[in-house]
Amino acid sequence: MKQVLIIAGKEIRDGLRNRWVIAATLLLGGLSLSLTFLGSAPVGTVGVDRLAVAVVGLSSLTIYLVPLIALMLSYDAIAGEMERGTMLLLLTYPVQRSQVVLGKFLGHGAILAFAAIVGYGAAGLALISSSDAESWEAFASMTLSSVLLGCAFLALGYLVSALVRERATAAGIAVVLWLAFVLLYDLALLGALVADKGRHIGTALFSALLLANPTDAYRLFNLAGFPKVSQFAGLAGLSGEAHVPRGVLVAILSLWVLLPLAAAAALFRRREL
Amino acid sequence: MTAPAIAFSHVTKRYGAQTALGDVSLAVEPGECLALIGHNGAGKTTLMKLSLGLIRPSKGEVRVLGVDPAEARARELGRVIGFLPESITFHDAMTGREALAFYARLKSEPVSRNEELLDRVGLTAAADKRVKTYSKGMRQRLGLAQALLGRPRLLLLDEPTTGLDPVFRHSFYDLLHEFTARGTTVLLSSHALTELAARTDRVAIVNGGRLVAHGSLAELSRAARLAARVRISVPAGQAARVATVIEVGTKLARVNDRSVELVCPLEEKLALLRRIESVAALIDDIEIASPGLDEVFAHFTGIEGRA
Repeated sequence: MKQVLIIAGKEIRDGLRNRWVIAATLLLGGLSLSLTFLGSAPVGTVGVDRLAVAVVGLSSLTIYLVPLIALMLSYDAIAGEMERGTMLLLLTYPVQRSQVVLGKFLGHGAILAFAAIVGYGAAGLALISSSDAESWEAFASMTLSSVLLGCAFLALGYLVSALVRERATAAGIAVVLWLAFVLLYDLALLGALVADKGRHIGTALFSALLLANPTDAYRLFNLAGFPKVSQFAGLAGLSGEAHVPRGVLVAILSLWVLLPLAAAAALFRRREL
Repeated sequence: MTAPAIAFSHVTKRYGAQTALGDVSLAVEPGECLALIGHNGAGKTTLMKLSLGLIRPSKGEVRVLGVDPAEARARELGRVIGFLPESITFHDAMTGREALAFYARLKSEPVSRNEELLDRVGLTAAADKRVKTYSKGMRQRLGLAQALLGRPRLLLLDEPTTGLDPVFRHSFYDLLHEFTARGTTVLLSSHALTELAARTDRVAIVNGGRLVAHGSLAELSRAARLAARVRISVPAGQAARVATVIEVGTKLARVNDRSVELVCPLEEKLALLRRIESVAALIDDIEIASPGLDEVFAHFTGIEGRA
């Protein structure tokens, strides 16, 4: 465990030094602040819970941005260090390969958590007086689930990084993964629904297909989880139809963290230098 | 007798169809300093990586300090092994001091001892600069410092003197000697043959993935049946006369107006000297060069090349 923390500490310091931490925090903070203020302009302030609106806006933003940041942090972790030669030296030290993966995961996870909590927290603070307990709970669970979503894509990034030899290849695959999970999957699902006209794809299969994608699980968790939020999200219909308990959604997101992480560690362990 | 620090028995390592190392058996005794020499791609680095457990042999058995280094639980070996990779790289964002502290922590060594190490490799002044700004030689010295962390029992140094300036090269060998005197086993690879000759106990020559020879320099020279080079200076105009007298049975390498050079098998050396004595009156000076590591190396790798 000590070795894991040493490696995590090094990743955090690297993140601070090459300004990843500050860049990610400013990006999330800036966008969340502008979304909360500009985004609420058309709705006005009368009779509308601005925090609930912020949850809708921010979680849509998170689905695009957080996976991207996570993949950019992680795709280089193994392939890049192998290519530069720093991994060779590291592995001659009394460190298990799984400890290297876990250490990097903890370090990068801490960077993401900091950026999300501080960045989104800024927006939350700006709206501190305007909301009730339910909206706050929705906001807090949105922030935490964003970190969880980020961790899932960190793990996927390590998996890619453990799989290929060159960091350029890893970068390419990471972009494809991002496009696939964030954009193409939903389009394909939509296309399939339209083409199928409800003949084969029933509600159960549709829910299952939605849950198979971590970004959709995240979306369901945040937009359909609280009545007040789903009212603004336009997902009230969806949540009624594909109702999945929130615990299940958290479990699915956690699986998306654990499975790729374990696979990355296993692949890395078998790899020769 | 204690077990060897490194023992290879019939080790073969293949990468696909390519054989990087073929049937190598080698033992490095505790406290010994063994130099691995060979062309680029001869298998020196493969041999080091096998010793470190970074790769597994395709065939045969590797034992380092009595255990198989590729086994997961043998990672503890890392605590007592120091390694300097060929063309070492560090995490660029760190300073020299931070990089050394990071590696010391991984080895569970007190960071407070790093100052002394930085001083030994002459990096005290540059310790707070980022590694990115270091020259090749400075990187190499920082690499050496991390290899020496925690007084290792075994040092594996891959091309340790490349990029080092002559002054530090000298103190590098002093530093090495200090460690071997305390019982550290050293396995190093190098191209700098002449400087190795005086500094190592034994040399092992690898060529095309095979161990073609190993032993002390004297043993290898004898085994190679190498020739001495003799150069005789004569007064102007006498060269031809001297040459006809002494060339019997030897190979005349070069004759010019003022000197005669011959190549002479070591066992013929005394006979040659007697013939030279018979024309001593005609000779100004004589130089005899015994074969060095360069010649030994050329001999053993050359044979393999022709086969």
